[in-house]
Amino acid sequence: MAKEQKKLKFAFYWAASCGGCEITVLDVDEKILDVVAIADIVFWPVAMDIKYKDVEAMPDKYIDVCFFNGAIRTEEQEHMAKLLRKKSKVLVAFGSCACQGGIPGLANVANRKEVFERAYLQSPSTNNLDSVTPKTSFKVPEGELKLPEFFDTVKTLDQTVDVDYYFPGCPPKSDLIAKAVEAIAKNELPPKGSVLAPEKSVCDECPRKKEDKKISKIYRVYEVVPDPEKCLLEQGIICMGPATRGGCGAQCINANMPCTGCGGLCPNEVEQGAAMISALSSILGVGGEKEPGYDAEKLIAQIKDPLGTFYKYSLPASLLRRRIIEK
Amino acid sequence: MTKSEFEPKIVGFLCNWCSYAGADLAGVSRIQYPSTLRIVRVMCSGRVDPVFILEAFKGGADGVLVAGCHPGDCHYLSGNYKLQRRVSMLKKVLEQLGLESERLRLEWVSASEGDRFATVIKDMTEKIKNLGPSPLRNGG
Repeated sequence: MAKEQKKLKFAFYWAASCGGCEITVLDVDEKILDVVAIADIVFWPVAMDIKYKDVEAMPDKYIDVCFFNGAIRTEEQEHMAKLLRKKSKVLVAFGSCACQGGIPGLANVANRKEVFERAYLQSPSTNNLDSVTPKTSFKVPEGELKLPEFFDTVKTLDQTVDVDYYFPGCPPKSDLIAKAVEAIAKNELPPKGSVLAPEKSVCDECPRKKEDKKISKIYRVYEVVPDPEKCLLEQGIICMGPATRGGCGAQCINANMPCTGCGGLCPNEVEQGAAMISALSSILGVGGEKEPGYDAEKLIAQIKDPLGTFYKYSLPASLLRRRIIEK
Repeated sequence: MTKSEFEPKIVGFLCNWCSYAGADLAGVSRIQYPSTLRIVRVMCSGRVDPVFILEAFKGGADGVLVAGCHPGDCHYLSGNYKLQRRVSMLKKVLEQLGLESERLRLEWVSASEGDRFATVIKDMTEKIKNLGPSPLRNGG
C-alpha cells in the first residue's frame, strides 16, 4: 500500500481543440497501462465523469501533471486554465492549439461577430429563421440561463496562465508522450519552459533527396502528383519543414504530403511565419532575377493564402497575434 | 491628435553600401527632409528579417522603410532580390491582418542618390500622415 500512495496524479483537459489530442493519448496503446501503473488520472472530462466542482474542491497543487490541450477562446476555458494552473504542480501545454493557438487560432482573422454570423447565420447548411446567436444570458420562465463569454481573440495557454512545458504537434506524437511520461516518473524533466520535442527541424528528419533549392512555379497539393523521392519544396509545393520543429518523424512528408507546420517554431526562431517567409523568399525565383520578365510580385501572387499557409497553427502566438481591431 | 499635428514615426532599415550612403549624402548635401525617420543601418537589405519589420510595427512604428541597392547592384550579389520577395510576401500577410500595405515600403536608393532619398522620405511621411497613426500603436 505504501507504494500506491506515491502514485502520481495526472489530469487532462480540453479547451478550444478538436479532440485529436485526447485520441493521441490513447494512441500510446498498451503503454497506457504503464501510465496507469505510475499515475492516477484524477480529471479527464472526455473519459471520466468528474465535475468542475470536484476540481475546485481539490487542494492547491494536488495534481502533479496537468496536460492541457486546446487554445483559449471562451470564458469557461479561461476559468479552467486558471483553475487547473492553481491545482497543478506542472502544467503542460499539450498540442499545437495550447502551444500556439492552432487551427482555432486562425479565427483571429475575424472577431466574435463575424464568427457567429458565419457559423449560425450564413453557412449553407444552416437554417436559422429567427437569427439566433449565442448570448451570455437568456431569460426563461424558470430563471436566467447563462453561457460563457466567447472572446474576440483566441489566445494560447501561456498568454493566459504560466506554463511549465510545451508539447507541440497536431496531435503530439504518441512516442514522445510515452517518453515524457517516463521522464516524469523518473523525475528527469528538463528545465521549466522547455519544449518536449527534439531540437531539430522537420527537414532534418525528412528522408527525401534534397539537391538544388530553386523554384519558379508554386503548385498546390491537388495540382500535381509529387515525386515521392524528391524534396517537396524543390518540386514547387510549399512545405513548412524548414521552419517547423521536428519530432514527428516527417509523417506527413512520408505520406507524400507537405508539412503544414504543426510542430511549431524551431528553437531560436521568433515567429514561425516569418521564418517560413524568409526561407521561401530565398528559394523562389532564385537565379532567374536577371532574366527578362522577372517579376517578384507575380512570383509571390502564386501563394494563394500567405497568412493561412505560413501561420496555419501559430497566428495567436505570432508577433501581431490577430487581425487589427477597427476602432 | 489631429492629422496636422501627427508626426509619423518611421523605422528605416538602410543597407550599408547604398542606401545608408545615400542618406549620408542627403545629409552632407544639406537636403531638407522630414525628421520622421529612425535609421537602422544593416550590412545588406537582405539582412532584414521579416521579424525586424513585424517587431517595428508591434513597437508602434507608423511606417517601415527598407532600402537597399538597386537590382543588380547588391554588394553581396543577391541580398536585395531576397528582400524584395520577402517584403512582397510580408505585405500580403499584413494586408490579411488589416494593416495598410503602404506602411511598409521598399525602395532602391544608391549611394549617389541623396536627393532621391530625401524625396522618398518626404513622400512616405506625407502618405503616412494621410493614413494616420498606426492602429498597432497601442498594442492593436
